[in-house]
Amino acid sequence: MALEAINGVSRYHSKLDDLGEEMVIPEIGNLKNQYQLCTPDLPKSECQIGEFLIDETGRKIKLNYAHGTTTLGFKFNGGVVMAVDSRATSGQYIGSGNVKKIIEINPYLLGTMAGGAADCTYWERVLAKQCRIYELRNRERISVAAASKLLANMVYQYKGYGLSMGVMIAGWDKKGPGLYYVDNNGNRMPGNVFSVGSGSIYAYGVLDSGYRSDMSDTEAQELGRRAIYHATHRDAYSGGVVRVYHIKEDGWTKITEEDSKDLHYKYAEEKTKRSQ
Amino acid sequence: MALEMMMSGPDYMRDPRKHQFSPYANNGGTSVAIAGDDFVMIASDTRLSRGFNIFSREQDKVFPLTPKTMMASSGCWADVLTLNKVLQARLTMYSHEHHDMMSTTAVAQLLSTMLYWRRFFPYYVSNILAGIDEEGKGVVYHYDPVGHMEKLTFSATGESVSQIQPLLDNQIGGLNMLGVKPPTMTKDLARQLIHDAFVSAAERDINTGDGIIIHTITKDGKTEETVKLRRD
Repeated sequence: MALEAINGVSRYHSKLDDLGEEMVIPEIGNLKNQYQLCTPDLPKSECQIGEFLIDETGRKIKLNYAHGTTTLGFKFNGGVVMAVDSRATSGQYIGSGNVKKIIEINPYLLGTMAGGAADCTYWERVLAKQCRIYELRNRERISVAAASKLLANMVYQYKGYGLSMGVMIAGWDKKGPGLYYVDNNGNRMPGNVFSVGSGSIYAYGVLDSGYRSDMSDTEAQELGRRAIYHATHRDAYSGGVVRVYHIKEDGWTKITEEDSKDLHYKYAEEKTKRSQ
Repeated sequence: MALEMMMSGPDYMRDPRKHQFSPYANNGGTSVAIAGDDFVMIASDTRLSRGFNIFSREQDKVFPLTPKTMMASSGCWADVLTLNKVLQARLTMYSHEHHDMMSTTAVAQLLSTMLYWRRFFPYYVSNILAGIDEEGKGVVYHYDPVGHMEKLTFSATGESVSQIQPLLDNQIGGLNMLGVKPPTMTKDLARQLIHDAFVSAAERDINTGDGIIIHTITKDGKTEETVKLRRD
């Protein structure tokens, strides 16, 4: 007591209590609760939540990193094949040519990435955590349907706030292969063939013309690879490395990672051989 | 009121006015980081500007975080300072709690989470984080303003990124050359490349110039070197 009185420790403590802990430590809400993001006290029309910010001179500031993408996934008799490009653009600038657009949630689940790179990586990381918690609670793996619904419900909470993501969740569960499409509007749907991103129109063309449910594994992987390659060729916002993954009963495996430049010459050579 | 009416007419006669909340400024700045096997170099130019106004010619934009980690930030200077303050607070809390410094890998993830916290009112900053990882290797992390992160061995960010990054891709990554092996990174080569990169950027970008401060991090500690650039 005497020491406290001399040092003024007790007074110091009361001062701190008056301030409240929240005032002293800057809040980062999502460190404790991942679902809680900072929503500014501004009317929505004044929030800078779109694809760019505006500085004081009215100039647009590029914000979202990965925009423009080609991703695809399809189910067939041999499981699920997923293939993606690796280009990340902000405006006309190629921010990165080596992005991993297939996110490995756990050994049985994969997620793809199209739209805002930060949005996809953040929410699929939260999803990975929730899937692990589900496993620990229920002593069995989460189904693809449940995992995709977790993600859809998470992003639905922020509908209208400007999140940008179009993802596919694929995996293998009790029911066999699973493939779902989830986006920032809260859409969630199961399907056999999906392609997402600015290059999807080109990918769909190749995919639909070559798709059969009774393809062999190598045929299916090659179809996915070819579809992404043609998308990288025609869509300026897609490019880089073509990554192919295959999901079977015992989980996913990475099949290939090939530079689209190398694929270009490989396919060109095959074409000249065939015509001879 | 009557006077106002005479000056500009009743309010329904006036042109509609749109108000915009503009909390952001672009204060320029460019940063480069290059990692080697047992070191990492991180540098930034020292010009702080807005448009054609130069505010400072000697503002270092590289911030020490832990003895093994540094962060270079540029963009809106107010946001740079705030982000750095908040990050420093978290690192201090961590070191008090754990009696140890946060690892570079952990700082990298923390920064990403902190940036995403402000997803709907972002910090307008371009960040590079450079450090020595748990294995003693140099690492570089590159960020977008809302927390997408990528682990790399070299990276540029900020105003002159589109001039410097292709140079580094070619000289360090060996990109766009056939039959050329990428070089092994040494401190001398890294220093030389950083110097050349900034000299070229200062020639063509009004918001980059004045000087460079190059920070080197090794397991033994940090060193700092200042190089002068064009001051026009």
